[in-house]
Amino acid sequence: MIPINLIQSTAETLMDKAAIEIPQDYLDGLQEASRTEDGDLSSFVLKAMLENYEAAKEDRRAMCGDTGVPRWFVKMGNEASVEGGMIALEAALRRATASATNGVPLRPNRVHPLWRTDHNNNVGIGAPEIEYGFEPEGAWIDLITVHKGGLFGSDYRMLFPSDGVQGIKRFYLDSLMAFGKRGLACQPAIIGIGLGGSKDICVNLGKRASTLRIVGSQNSDPEIAKMEAEFKELGNSIGMGAMGFVGKNMVIDCNIEVGYCHTGGMPMSVHAFCLSSRRAVARIHADGRVEHRTDPDWFTPYQRRETIDWEPVREAAE
Amino acid sequence: MSIRELRLSTTPTQDALNDLRLGDIVYLDGLMYTAREGVYMRALEDKANIPLELPSQSAANFHCSPAARINEDGTFDMGAVTATASFRFAKWLPEWMAKTGAKLIVGKGGMTSKDYKEYFVPNGAIYLSTVGYGTGALLGRGVENVEAVHWNEELGIAQAMWVLKCNRMGPFIVASDMNGDCLFERENAKIAKNVARVYEGTKPATLKRYGESDDRTDEVI
Repeated sequence: MIPINLIQSTAETLMDKAAIEIPQDYLDGLQEASRTEDGDLSSFVLKAMLENYEAAKEDRRAMCGDTGVPRWFVKMGNEASVEGGMIALEAALRRATASATNGVPLRPNRVHPLWRTDHNNNVGIGAPEIEYGFEPEGAWIDLITVHKGGLFGSDYRMLFPSDGVQGIKRFYLDSLMAFGKRGLACQPAIIGIGLGGSKDICVNLGKRASTLRIVGSQNSDPEIAKMEAEFKELGNSIGMGAMGFVGKNMVIDCNIEVGYCHTGGMPMSVHAFCLSSRRAVARIHADGRVEHRTDPDWFTPYQRRETIDWEPVREAAE
Repeated sequence: MSIRELRLSTTPTQDALNDLRLGDIVYLDGLMYTAREGVYMRALEDKANIPLELPSQSAANFHCSPAARINEDGTFDMGAVTATASFRFAKWLPEWMAKTGAKLIVGKGGMTSKDYKEYFVPNGAIYLSTVGYGTGALLGRGVENVEAVHWNEELGIAQAMWVLKCNRMGPFIVASDMNGDCLFERENAKIAKNVARVYEGTKPATLKRYGESDDRTDEVI
């Protein structure tokens, strides 16, 4: 049984870490970009961003003034149980979100869409989002917070099988061209592409591809992994860099995730996880141990399963 | 090309503004106030009195809402500061400039050269873009003090009018000049020549969408 106060205190720590500490994988990617960038203005921008991450950590202040919209992904091993159940868990995550908004401080971004009511704590109807995943074994719970920013850079389109890979490429380029100019997408970004699913799931897959996979990761399907590498290169060949200035670094990495879709369609979504790619993860074990990390490790073989039943015995025998 | 770095007052002289070139890096000194849709609507549409002497106290309008806290004792804690996209405020800016004498519009992503030529240049104003975006922690360091927060009760923390005392606050990039030229449009034009090459081999999607532009060298703002 995982104590509820441990969940809340861990969640508060995660809110703080996500807002302040740039994940190492993204930092490595940006440092590499900074080394290769030769556009004078975009090069200045990347250097300023690298300085900014240092300033944020030194001062323990948020790395960006727009601290995004905090959300939660919760993953549980099949044997995990939480003191007070899932209702208590959701309350703990909402409390942590509110207290960190005042504590860090974060910008209270969340408002009612019509009445613009702001509770000044990033909590409201449907906010923060809490999404769930499960794994076949373990008594642990993973808390993942993502503070994705940006009103720009994401798009969805229903493509069809006849559009093929060239159609996917075109819509990908369209998204980069539309939102890369003036740097509206706050690139260089981790670009996530969702392919398949129904419309809502397609958008969700793209968001998860950008926020729940780290720089340098690959899809387990080798053909998709090849597309990821090709798309990264294609995006960086546009000639557009940070802030839409002439440059060669637009895409720090490109991650593609897929889900089965209607036989007639090929829905596609694109997301950009920005220069403040904020995510933080902790695993809380049943014995009270807490392990912090920055890789959500969301897309396990179980999450990508294709079969009716999950058969660990058969998997183990192979 | 080497990049020029300058310090600039938030109540700048016209000479100082005339001297600025696209792509210069600027650090600000003096008072700067935040104003975005909430402030514009309250001041211009609801005709509320602006609680500052403008432009004598500040001629710098920051399109920003900070990551900040108002403590119970009325003091403020300022964390990170970054700008929000400015093109959405074009509707209010001409009237705002006329009313407040703003000379520096500071934000994200700039405006169009049409905006610059129509009302920035006639008002002797230029546009400064934040860098990144978001060098929020660096800009936060440049805020020496929060002097006041106006209209918090009416508009909330994110939309309130924050008055910031800047000390070498930056970096910002000069994104418009006294010709009304636009840094971002200059860069777009250079990138536009690559469009045909990167799109080579792709074809329009099977299912079309109604849209406002189908020209990849266009902007969507």
